[in-house]
Amino acid sequence: MNMIANRIADTYLQVRGAGKTYPSKHGSVVALSDINLDVRLGQFNSIVGPSGCGKSTLLKCIAGLENITSGNITVSGKPLIGPPDRMGVVFQRDVLLDWRTILDNVLLQAEFLGHPREQYRDRAMQLLERFGLKGYEKRHPWELSGGMRQRASICRALLCDPDLLLMDEPFGALDAMTRDDLNVELARIWQGTNKTVIFITHSISEAVFLADRVVMMSRGPGRIVDMFDVDLPRPRPLSVRETDPFGVYAQRIRHHFAELGVLHE
Amino acid sequence: MTNGFIAKFMRDSRSLDIVLVLIGSILLWEVVVRIFNPPAIILPAPSAIWAAFLQSPWIFVRNMLHTLSTTAIAFAISVGLGVILAVGIVQSRFLERTVYTLLIAVNSVPKVALAPLFVIWLGTGASSQLAVAVMLAIFPIVINTVLGLRSVDPDMLNLAKATRASKFDIIYKIRIPNALPSLFSGMKVGISFALVGAIVGEFVAGGRGLGFLVLTAQGQFDTTRVFVSLVLLGVMGTILFYAVDVMERIALPWHTSQRQPTT
Ligand SMILES: Nc1ncnc2c1ncn2[C@@H]1O[C@H](COP(=O)(O)OP(=O)(O)O)[C@@H](O)[C@H]1O
Ligand SMILES: [Mg+2]
Repeated sequence: MNMIANRIADTYLQVRGAGKTYPSKHGSVVALSDINLDVRLGQFNSIVGPSGCGKSTLLKCIAGLENITSGNITVSGKPLIGPPDRMGVVFQRDVLLDWRTILDNVLLQAEFLGHPREQYRDRAMQLLERFGLKGYEKRHPWELSGGMRQRASICRALLCDPDLLLMDEPFGALDAMTRDDLNVELARIWQGTNKTVIFITHSISEAVFLADRVVMMSRGPGRIVDMFDVDLPRPRPLSVRETDPFGVYAQRIRHHFAELGVLHE
Repeated sequence: MTNGFIAKFMRDSRSLDIVLVLIGSILLWEVVVRIFNPPAIILPAPSAIWAAFLQSPWIFVRNMLHTLSTTAIAFAISVGLGVILAVGIVQSRFLERTVYTLLIAVNSVPKVALAPLFVIWLGTGASSQLAVAVMLAIFPIVINTVLGLRSVDPDMLNLAKATRASKFDIIYKIRIPNALPSLFSGMKVGISFALVGAIVGEFVAGGRGLGFLVLTAQGQFDTTRVFVSLVLLGVMGTILFYAVDVMERIALPWHTSQRQPTT
């Protein structure tokens, strides 16, 4: 294979001129406008931006849950029609089913995909163990803390070994310390896999800490305003956040949003 | 048992409160009747009510069993039919716009007033009684179940769609279990309404049952026997309500255990 073929094969997810307009009673809402994004196979992308800038909409379009109203999206070179194969999603609310045990909640992914449950039992147990949930598999969600519940929902997303992992502010509802723990765990689990991740967050430091590349969005209409690669060695300890290079990346995001008048955090 | 223990038990246990209040009221009632001695046609004493029951217990028990079976059968039909209707309403836009709209419209009519119609349609006797009971009980069950089936977290549905869950999986593994708590609150109202319906059915369609006994005793100005029937109806209503409550605790440990503080 030559270089060019290699590069094309490398682009796992491609978004070209994508726009999304929601119809509504008071005129239509332009949630996304001219989004262009190339995501490499195995790349960890953080998307950061103020609320209402269309982050969730973009994620839903990539997940095949909403149709874009202009442009196109391809996954592995194929135009997107409905949810892509081998995808896992995690939302801010863990949406675990209260009447199922943690193990059965994780196995739900296989059931929905139409795979035999029993085949995934061992893998589910391994995932739960890797996320520190060993011994909790027979418990119910309401017996667990918010952090443990969100760990279980990540296990569910990972059960069938997805190539693409979409996460919409998964740690947004957690306290700062639990959030730090989960950042480290997610980075550890992701590293060495070939999983492509789109990770939406409000938090600038979380975005930089996890990402290979940070994509910044702004609103009115929802658009990409900047993106840059994060060149920090992995595995990254939490203390990387106190280093100068990290500070420079964080400052770049902060500066950008200050300029746009939407600084937060 | 020390006094302290009894005091603690009284504070903790609500059912004990209810029992004590009931016993207290009955004693007070007895005392008031003995002191003021009103005519038995106005207010018989509890002891007289008890005596009237003992005079012909089997008549009361037989009629009570009849009312109980009407209530139970009507309740079972209402739950079965109600859940099927609710699932249909949530799954089909057409049923929602027709059947559900009609249900909501009819629900605001005082349905008890329709009871005599059933006698015209179905004649006197058991089938009219049953129809009136179903008509009252099914509304809270359908309406609550529809609300429960709809109140699924939209992100849960997004997750299901993103993993290409089948329609069957969404209804069977998400919507129905999610609706069970609402179904049970509908059932608690429904069981009381089924009993009311059975009694009203007996009032208008006659035949048998405690409602019918109340009516005949009233015709003879036998207030004591009216009260025997009323007490039995009260006991029955309470037992039926708690039966549904116990079913709920067994069926929905995830729901009830969150609601009940563990003391
Ligand atoms: N289903 C919808 N119908 C109409 N407007 C919507 C819908 N979903 C989102 N929007 C609008 O689109 C814009 C972007 O929303 P969203 O993607 O949720 O932003 P974010 O996730 O960045 O907070 C907002 O103005 C929001 O009100
Ligand atoms: Mg959002």
